[in-house]
Amino acid sequence: MAFNYENYLRLEKMPTLWCWGCGDGVILKAFVRAIDSLGINKDDICVVSGIGCSGRFSSYVDFNTVHTTHGRTIAFATGIKLANPTKKVICVAGDGDALAIGGNHTIHGCRRNIDITFILINNFIYGLTNSQTSPTTPQGMWTVSQQAGNIDPTFNTCNLAIAAGASFVGRETVNDPKKLEKIMVKALEHKGFSLLEVLSNCHINLGRKNKMNSAIENLSWIDSITVSKKKYETLTQEEQVNLLPTGILKQDEEAAEYCDMYAEVVKVHQGKRKTITQDDFKKKI
Amino acid sequence: MATREIISSGNELSALAARDAGCKFFAGYPITPSSEIMHEMSGLMPEIGGACIQMEDEIAGVAAAIGAGMSGLRTMTATSGPGISLKAENLGLAQMTEVPLVVVNVMRGGPSTGLPTRVSQGDVAQAKNPSHGDYKSITLCAGSLAECYTETVRAFNLADRFMQPVFVLLDETLGHMHGKAILPSEEEVAASIVPRKTFEGPAEEYFPYECESDQPAVLNPMFKGYRYHFTGLHHDKRGFPTEEIETCRKLIQRLEDKVELHKDELELYEEFHTDDAEVLLVAYGSVSLAAKEAIKHLRAEGIKAGLFRPITLWPSPADKMKELADRIPKVLCIELNIGQYRDEVQRATGRLDIDGLFKVNGRPISPYEIVNKVKEL
Repeated sequence: MAFNYENYLRLEKMPTLWCWGCGDGVILKAFVRAIDSLGINKDDICVVSGIGCSGRFSSYVDFNTVHTTHGRTIAFATGIKLANPTKKVICVAGDGDALAIGGNHTIHGCRRNIDITFILINNFIYGLTNSQTSPTTPQGMWTVSQQAGNIDPTFNTCNLAIAAGASFVGRETVNDPKKLEKIMVKALEHKGFSLLEVLSNCHINLGRKNKMNSAIENLSWIDSITVSKKKYETLTQEEQVNLLPTGILKQDEEAAEYCDMYAEVVKVHQGKRKTITQDDFKKKI
Repeated sequence: MATREIISSGNELSALAARDAGCKFFAGYPITPSSEIMHEMSGLMPEIGGACIQMEDEIAGVAAAIGAGMSGLRTMTATSGPGISLKAENLGLAQMTEVPLVVVNVMRGGPSTGLPTRVSQGDVAQAKNPSHGDYKSITLCAGSLAECYTETVRAFNLADRFMQPVFVLLDETLGHMHGKAILPSEEEVAASIVPRKTFEGPAEEYFPYECESDQPAVLNPMFKGYRYHFTGLHHDKRGFPTEEIETCRKLIQRLEDKVELHKDELELYEEFHTDDAEVLLVAYGSVSLAAKEAIKHLRAEGIKAGLFRPITLWPSPADKMKELADRIPKVLCIELNIGQYRDEVQRATGRLDIDGLFKVNGRPISPYEIVNKVKEL
């Protein structure tokens, strides 16, 4: 039976404002399919997005949806989740939103390990505002704010998330929608902070100025810089330098989730247990 | 009226009021001189099954509080001037999306880091328009320990009535002042709670932003079958982005009119010996305590002084101020800033001869200083 997209999309909001050939549509499709396969009630889902092309993501899906200020998705979502611990809260934001203006919230969301799924769409550029440098724009690429060529070093999103304490970290590209859907299911199923970086194309505002004139050329470049985690691990350090591994890069099922820990705080204040001490934690520092 | 006596501080009373008013969520960030509110809430919220979280910064503090408010809870954050500066953008989002929220600002010296541990009323102008764009701020100002409690309770009800952030201004003196406060009983407070309106009909007939031109949005709680959209962009009746000319105009005009046309529901002030006054003092917050003391001394010396104390600062009780200034020859604004509210008194009264006693060195104004200033007028 054909998949019923109508059940999840706000069709009256179509067409999207995304450019022809944009990877965001692939991500949207994978997302609703992943939600469907998990069988979560639409009323129990909240999607929070930031500012930028990806910011419009929330308006296209028929859930409880919030389009917030630039960079603050995780902060809003943290309030929504902590106030409603049984509900599914998902953030969608771009590389500029999540790693530049919202970098602080991203790392602290990871650190708290609150049960939020963060779909971080990395197209390596500020697309909506016409090609300014983002924290993932490769050095040497042309941007409208660095027309001599970008000199700013980049973040490795997943390494950052792992270091900051996210209990699930994964990376996938829009080149293989099926794989993307599968890893999205894993990220959504995971209890704790799950960060999924999705590498996507912006042939309009990154590609055209950097010798990738079409979606295909931009997608091919993404293909050329990614390799499965399994293969990545067989490479020498030197070979790894310009490659990003894909797949599940970290999954820690044991890490305590923030709302669960907060339930213990409630117990303390309601006289149902003793004060929380260092003995309650395996990791002491 | 059943009352109770509590010995506490202004900050602690504000937190207690939040709990009694049905607040279930607090998010904040440490900042002097407001931190005690978060300290109190960290115990009060989980005790009643709510939540309190210390976020990574001021911006996240207000964002998390707004998020909880979007989901349907009564929610609060507390900070001081630098925190409001940081929170300003998200306060604008709450104005635009019409999410109720109580924001307590315990004022300290500014601008910038200023005088963190000392008193000021330097955020009065900021409270009127902390965020960019057009909207009408609601700002209450406590003038006693008891009012740190009662104004916080009132703020929660007003936030739900007008569906927007409501500011409660305390100042360092009140926030850290310990003393006896006579408060309404918990039962009385509970009975005074008026929660936000909700829509009960079928979801397909629910339009959160379709309302009379002078009324706030009707925002149902999340996760209850009414799936809609919040956005800081101009939006249509369902909450979705639009640039349709009339819809955009109507939305922003409504944000103004829902407050402006219902100012009578907000107006609150105190008059102290104004009936026969020949000198009118205008003071609010902790300064009003010194002003009252000064008036007693002045009257003992035969000088007929009276006090007008606005409790709702924004929108201002303009008509009342005009009425008083029309009949009282001398008017003196006393503020711990350089006339931020005098501007409003001048605007409201149409008088440019309003005198000022202003202090911006982080120290309170003493009754003695006020007495001397009045004698010079």
